[in-house]
Amino acid sequence: MRLFLSFVVALLLSACAGTQVRGTGDLGLIIERASGKVTLVDTSSRQPYARIDGLGDLSHASAVYSRDGRYAFVFGRDGGLTKIDMLEAKVVKRVMQSGNAIGGSISQDGRIVVAQNYTPGGIKAFDAETLELLSEVPAEYAPGKFSKVVGLADAPGNKFAYALFEGGEIWVSDFSNPRQPQTQRFPAGIQPYDGLVTPDGRYFLAGLFGEDGVAMVDLWQPEKGARKILENYGRGQEKLPVFKMPHLRGWSVAQGKAYLPAIGRHEVLVVDVATWKEVGRIPVRGQPVFVMARPDGRQVWVNFAFPDNGKMDVIDTLAGKVVHAFEPGKGILHMEFSPRGENVWLSSRDDNKVLIYDTATFARLGEIAADNPSGIFFTARANRIGF
Amino acid sequence: MAAEPDALRQKELVRLVRQDCGSCHGMTLRGGLGPPLLPENLHEKPADGLVATIYYGRPGTPMPPWKQFMSEAEAGWIVQELMNGFPN
Repeated sequence: MRLFLSFVVALLLSACAGTQVRGTGDLGLIIERASGKVTLVDTSSRQPYARIDGLGDLSHASAVYSRDGRYAFVFGRDGGLTKIDMLEAKVVKRVMQSGNAIGGSISQDGRIVVAQNYTPGGIKAFDAETLELLSEVPAEYAPGKFSKVVGLADAPGNKFAYALFEGGEIWVSDFSNPRQPQTQRFPAGIQPYDGLVTPDGRYFLAGLFGEDGVAMVDLWQPEKGARKILENYGRGQEKLPVFKMPHLRGWSVAQGKAYLPAIGRHEVLVVDVATWKEVGRIPVRGQPVFVMARPDGRQVWVNFAFPDNGKMDVIDTLAGKVVHAFEPGKGILHMEFSPRGENVWLSSRDDNKVLIYDTATFARLGEIAADNPSGIFFTARANRIGF
Repeated sequence: MAAEPDALRQKELVRLVRQDCGSCHGMTLRGGLGPPLLPENLHEKPADGLVATIYYGRPGTPMPPWKQFMSEAEAGWIVQELMNGFPN
């Protein structure tokens, strides 16, 4: 009898210890850039639930999610690609895929993960299940000349669009046959520094550092080639120094308008997405880095390059101006909205905290300790084109 | 080389290089959009030119001038430390 009872107790204990059945739609991860760790978070309880170590150099790391939101693919700066199980909170696979990487994307069908690399310049495609290398597209824009790849974004049709920093081109690679990608090349301009695909997957935009303007390809009509928009937005005036490159990923298209960081100007450029003409510019308190729309498009949140990286400006898209300006912390590197936008999470690198705000009242709701936090990535990205 | 910055200022400069120069050159200084800044990448370059690049920037590239955040002597100290293997 005693033996039987202890068996029952053991059974009960193991049942309690077993993984609780739950969904993944409200989970996410925080990159801890200096220590090679990620903290896994629950955006409903607004609490961390696990921490995973051993991911290598995570400065400038980013993550994408499998379509079921269960697995995160983390792209490290050192070329490490790590697949994390968000429910079991563990690494399931890790490969070193290059010497110097800058992010990645996942295909429309969720079966291909693509990493973009600085060294050697190009992109590499991996099986999302096994992380087996499927194919690669070296960014050889002229014989023997390789470019750093920036702005990689997924597009419908298992395509990926990206830009070549030195090459000055936009490339679109079709991975319909993942082992034999077909690539189309378009001229972009001088020094494209990042790119984005619009929420409908139709337009790929590459911001240019070396000239005033943005290069654009209509992915529905690639035969029409690339065109330049926002040409001469600086109007020939001398640029202010840029102490950190803006990021276009995390695009802001709201109410039929796109909100983009200006280069070398303390302004957010507003573009009508029907005509692609500039319809306004909004002064802000520094060189914008991320210009991100709340999911409903009513607000656009802006953070800044050094030395203004403690500030945040919030634009009301109805009023067309900054309606809330504050200094939430030191070294605000990234932001992520909860899936429907009632909260925003901000990485405050030099405070070793992630700060959580209510986007309606701007009240601080809480904070999470994190070691030099940078990117914040929630599983809702699994269902969005270009994330 | 000019007088070294004091210990507190050295700590600030190390953080600036790792975190802010690191946005382009990588936190580990192995390079990113900007070139790597490890001793083996720099040893053949004249120190004066590197100091000028930090202090005045390099037109035609994304490298901005950092003169509003440091003195020329401090830029010199950064170059010296980069060439010897930068502190953490």
